[in-house]
Amino acid sequence: MSEASPAKAYALHLGVIALLFALSFVLPEYYHGLLARIMVLAVFAMGYNMLFGYVGLLSLGHAMFFGAGLYGAGLAIIQLGWGVPLAFLVGIACGAVLALVIGLLALRTTGVAFMIVTMMFAQVFSLLILYFATWTGGDQGQVVPQPARVLNLGATSLDLTDPTVRYMSALLLFSLVLLVTLAIVRSRYGRVLVAIRENEERTKMLGYDTFSNKLMAVVVSGTICAASGAAYALLFGYVGSSFASVQYSILPLLWVLLGGAATTLGPLIGTVFMYYVIDVSSGYTSAYLLIVGIALILLVLFFPKGILGTIRQRWLGWLP
Amino acid sequence: MADKNGFFDLSKTGLISKTGLTRRTALKGLAAGAGLAVAPGFVRYSQAQSSAPIKIGFQSHRTGIGAAYGRWYEKTTAAAVKAINAAGGINGRQVEVIIEDDGTDPGRGAEVVGKFATQHKTDIVFGTLFSHVVIGSAPAAGEAKIPYFVVSEGHHVASTKLNRYVFQPGITDVKSQIQSMAPWIAANAGKKVTQIFPDFAFGYDHRDYLPPALKAQGAEVIAQIAIPPTESSFTKYFPQIPPETEVIYHVMVGPAVLTFVKELGEFYGSNRPQLFGFIDSLEATDINSPGLEFLDGSHFWEGSPRYAQPDDSAAQKAYRAAVGIDDNGAAVGDPKDVSTAAHMFGCWETLYVVKKAMEDAGYKGPEDRAKLVEATEALTAFAEGPEHPQGPKTFNGKIHQCFGIQNISKVEGGKLKVVHKTKIEDGLYEAEGDYTKQAL
Repeated sequence: MSEASPAKAYALHLGVIALLFALSFVLPEYYHGLLARIMVLAVFAMGYNMLFGYVGLLSLGHAMFFGAGLYGAGLAIIQLGWGVPLAFLVGIACGAVLALVIGLLALRTTGVAFMIVTMMFAQVFSLLILYFATWTGGDQGQVVPQPARVLNLGATSLDLTDPTVRYMSALLLFSLVLLVTLAIVRSRYGRVLVAIRENEERTKMLGYDTFSNKLMAVVVSGTICAASGAAYALLFGYVGSSFASVQYSILPLLWVLLGGAATTLGPLIGTVFMYYVIDVSSGYTSAYLLIVGIALILLVLFFPKGILGTIRQRWLGWLP
Repeated sequence: MADKNGFFDLSKTGLISKTGLTRRTALKGLAAGAGLAVAPGFVRYSQAQSSAPIKIGFQSHRTGIGAAYGRWYEKTTAAAVKAINAAGGINGRQVEVIIEDDGTDPGRGAEVVGKFATQHKTDIVFGTLFSHVVIGSAPAAGEAKIPYFVVSEGHHVASTKLNRYVFQPGITDVKSQIQSMAPWIAANAGKKVTQIFPDFAFGYDHRDYLPPALKAQGAEVIAQIAIPPTESSFTKYFPQIPPETEVIYHVMVGPAVLTFVKELGEFYGSNRPQLFGFIDSLEATDINSPGLEFLDGSHFWEGSPRYAQPDDSAAQKAYRAAVGIDDNGAAVGDPKDVSTAAHMFGCWETLYVVKKAMEDAGYKGPEDRAKLVEATEALTAFAEGPEHPQGPKTFNGKIHQCFGIQNISKVEGGKLKVVHKTKIEDGLYEAEGDYTKQAL
């Protein structure tokens, strides 16, 4: 695999960001709103990809990081009456701390055991939400009040429920995370992560502290997922336990596999693809999950490394 | 007469000659135009805009945990729309229902509401049952300023924690239902009550609202046993039931309910306390299913009776026939397809409330959504009749919630027989807020 020059790689990513910006002005109203949601969830997928794609650690518990951000931000507003910026930071901090703790415990395992341990922790997190229903709203969840979802910046205030503000906020978060992800994977640290994925023992023998590097990856991954969860609460106004269920641990895995693991733009492509397949097919049949399943099987057959992963393998080896 | 682009081609009418417009043809054209203007076809054309159907976005639980309810909600909705259209529609316009599946998922639910508002451009959104989907979708409805009529029975609407665009005018909320059960339980079943409920929000409504309601009737809850939602066997919880218990009040839901009842039967044998439950546990489930024999002689809450009753009103009979359920509450022609009769009447009644509110508001289109909200808030009561076959109701416009009578039915001979009907007053409570103070 050849590597793109920094200019080429950043030009591609800035081009994607510019395209998403331009789409804001041409998309029909419904797809405008849907793409805002997709961008926020693509951030979730990017966070997942950081660990799964680049370190090779398959987690089945990332819903807890998304949930930590979702509830951290949401409850800071609902229960404490804090403002949007602080709530967003609380959400991110919750995810980062949780990821650090989970990382310290779960990284004592590898492979299937890591998968199961992360899933168990996520299940505990999900049940805690139900247990503390008085504060979390339990399985029904809670609404983040519309008047509280306003970002006050001095004399200016931005209403996050406004479709344009919401889209641009989602785009801003997506762009930041995309560029940070690109910078990480192109950095020396990113190469160490890939080395761990390819051969952890050899990486250890080369003198790298693989545990610390993996722990850092779990924290970065969890923090990005929490940022997505926090943004979801603030932009869409709902915090609910279903977002911390096992389904939301599997979804980012699917999005990443579809788009291409260990590709920076794959999570976006996978999320867009999955969303549109569901949205379009559900308009024709209630058996739309069957169509989704067939689409997934076809993708695995013809794009075994995901859409972008296969494109990189066959045609564009320089894709980051 | 239409050209290849679908436009009306005047040159083919004779009103305009190929060689140009002459004075004679112009006069003929004017006369013909005047004739067209009074012709029935022209009248239809000029009214095309206002005759377009009212579009109702039906947020249906076609898949996911709510699918059994969703299917019957769709059947009831189709029957109500058919009846409304046959009687002339709403404001002289036919009603068209557009269905989107929300997968019984709050995330997808919010997307579906957005889809109705911005892609299908429906006049309202309607029909949601599961509470978490309602709460997850409500912000999207409020932001799109599209009236959202739910048939959920959750207390979330009446709690005034949602927003001004969310209404529940067709089914009484669970807080009111529980409160109205208390007088009958205390007077007929027993004074010492043990509650068994699922350890999540549906159970918490019962956990929180029943004790004060019973206390007001001189009875008491002596134990509350919360069962985790992941539990599949219940025997280990039964020793927690105090021996002095006179009534077990159970509201288990989901597939585990059959196991729950079977194990409860094995635990008590023939010498059991009185049993009182909410039929939510057994909606779409045959009461004569193997393992449910233990329920014989026990009592259930029902919003609307599943089984036809000897004193059913003509409106109730007509409603059941229109929806297509037989005397046992199953689909006509398929006795195994048991309906969700206790709840689905809410779809029928909600649509008639929408009709009434739209007519009161002189509703013409989405630009009148705010008027529709105000007109709905102005409603106060719905009389029992073909539009409200479940019974009379009052409506509190400040909390967007209706209050109706409830049924208590006894399992007898494999059927549910209504033994008591509550009064509306039994379920009334102090309003917890006022939606009308929110901006539209």
